[in-house]
Amino acid sequence: MIMQKPETSKVDMKAEKAANDAIEQPPIPAALSTGVVTKTPSQFSTTARVFFQWLLPPAIGLLLLLAVWTLISHQSQGLPGPLSTFKAAIVLFSDPFYVNGPNDQGIGWNILNSLQRVGLGFSMAALVGIPLGFMIGRFEFLSRMTAPVISLLRPVSPLAWLPIGLLVFKAANPAAIWVIFISAIWPMIINTAVGVSKVPQDYMNVAKVLNLGEWKIVTKILFPSVLPYMLTGVRLSIGVAWLVIVAAEMLTGGVGIGFWVWDEWNNLVVEHIIIAIFVVGLVGLLLEQGLILLAKRFTYE
Amino acid sequence: MEKHVQERHMQERYVQLENVNMRFVTKKGVFEALKNINLNINQGEFVSIIGHSGCGKSTVLNLIAGLLEPTSGHLFCAGREIAKPGPDRAVVFQNHSLLPWLTCFENVHLAVERVFKHETQVQQDLRVIDALALVGLSHAMDKRPHEISGGMKQRVGIARALAMEPKVLLLDEPFGALDALTRATLQDELMKIMEKTHCTAVMVTHDVDEAVLLSDRIVMMTNGPSAGIGEILDVNLPKPRNRLELAENPDYNHLRSEVLRFLYERHAKKAA
Repeated sequence: MIMQKPETSKVDMKAEKAANDAIEQPPIPAALSTGVVTKTPSQFSTTARVFFQWLLPPAIGLLLLLAVWTLISHQSQGLPGPLSTFKAAIVLFSDPFYVNGPNDQGIGWNILNSLQRVGLGFSMAALVGIPLGFMIGRFEFLSRMTAPVISLLRPVSPLAWLPIGLLVFKAANPAAIWVIFISAIWPMIINTAVGVSKVPQDYMNVAKVLNLGEWKIVTKILFPSVLPYMLTGVRLSIGVAWLVIVAAEMLTGGVGIGFWVWDEWNNLVVEHIIIAIFVVGLVGLLLEQGLILLAKRFTYE
Repeated sequence: MEKHVQERHMQERYVQLENVNMRFVTKKGVFEALKNINLNINQGEFVSIIGHSGCGKSTVLNLIAGLLEPTSGHLFCAGREIAKPGPDRAVVFQNHSLLPWLTCFENVHLAVERVFKHETQVQQDLRVIDALALVGLSHAMDKRPHEISGGMKQRVGIARALAMEPKVLLLDEPFGALDALTRATLQDELMKIMEKTHCTAVMVTHDVDEAVLLSDRIVMMTNGPSAGIGEILDVNLPKPRNRLELAENPDYNHLRSEVLRFLYERHAKKAA
């Protein structure tokens, strides 16, 4: 709940109103405005509070980043500043889907190709990892059996798997997908298994007293109660997958945001490398936020 | 003739505990929770188990429920040995244990569809509706547990247990987590429900008034470890009972002080 100042003197309100007028009142999120006593004058102080608490700090953070970047770009020779990068981005995004041969395609195609690889590798990891996690969590024997294998393989750097992929699949694209698969699978296995082992004993007692069958236990008790853990695993996995794709593509080539970065380095178009960094960050952020929304939808109490 | 005797025997020893011992293996070694428990519960009887916390009264209930297996000794329900949990011994859990992702209706339905699986969908639905009506929750059928109060959750728990038409209703401190007023209301309602259903019930409680008000007999347990049955008190107050009238009833007050004396004089818990 937001603390409400009970008495605001008229002078204060005038000052706040002036301050608000100056800063183009940001919209009040619905959740905030409904929880507040609706006295007309106090809404101004609410607006101000929303601004100072929620909008100002991130804005300052981003501005600082730009300032540091500008400063460094003035000191060094090769590094372009925010302005020239912005100009290059406008040119780049004005035609995102051009195709000039296999190694020169628009940024849109690069992003989509990377997303496709991540999607494929990640889906396969989910298809294998989640059921495996369920079984490991449910059966003590399986858990003991897989524990040494998981502990041994999980800390391995994802790119170390790339040569194995190239050797087995004899092609760059499946090898990249294989790297995504192997690096995305661990968080899903582990989180699902932990979720299953954390199912409240009370619920399992209910299942026992009601004498539920294994299928009912899985669908009505295990799955809903594991879902939040599972989605955490999925979120970590997609984060890892998106981290790894850039590195994997740098090594395998083809169309993709990672290879594009490497290509622009060879062309010495540093603006594009910086744009790629922002694009990779933004896509990762969107993937993460999407999954957080999904997780919220399926979390109870 | 013989059959008659057998039936009567069944009614008198509907739930039977014979020389039950319970030991738990913990990290600190073997812990003897219960020692030599013998108890017979008749059909239609309401028995309360009272004792200080940690005396193993919930363990007794879990043994009858089949959630635990005794280290030695035997338990019977309706003449058959209790081997595993089953819907003939429905449990009302202390913390209601409703599944948060199911509505009240679905929570009760989960129990009904298992026990009455040969019935049609409509018949099952009617059973759920009846059970929820019995606890006065017809209006909250489609609500999820987090949308209703603690008292209402516990009512759904009771409805779920009763909907299974159990032979024995097991109540594990059913009202322990509720405020005093809600608790009193639910106790009154439980009395009415028991009057209607004539169900056999075993209730674990640490509330002396609750025990005297609801029970036909009160089993008072000594302190653990190695807890046992200290005394069994017959509650011969006429039914239906009314808490306001009982407040001035000398028999009621006598029974109450008997239980209190047992708990606080003879088996006082040493200050921890």
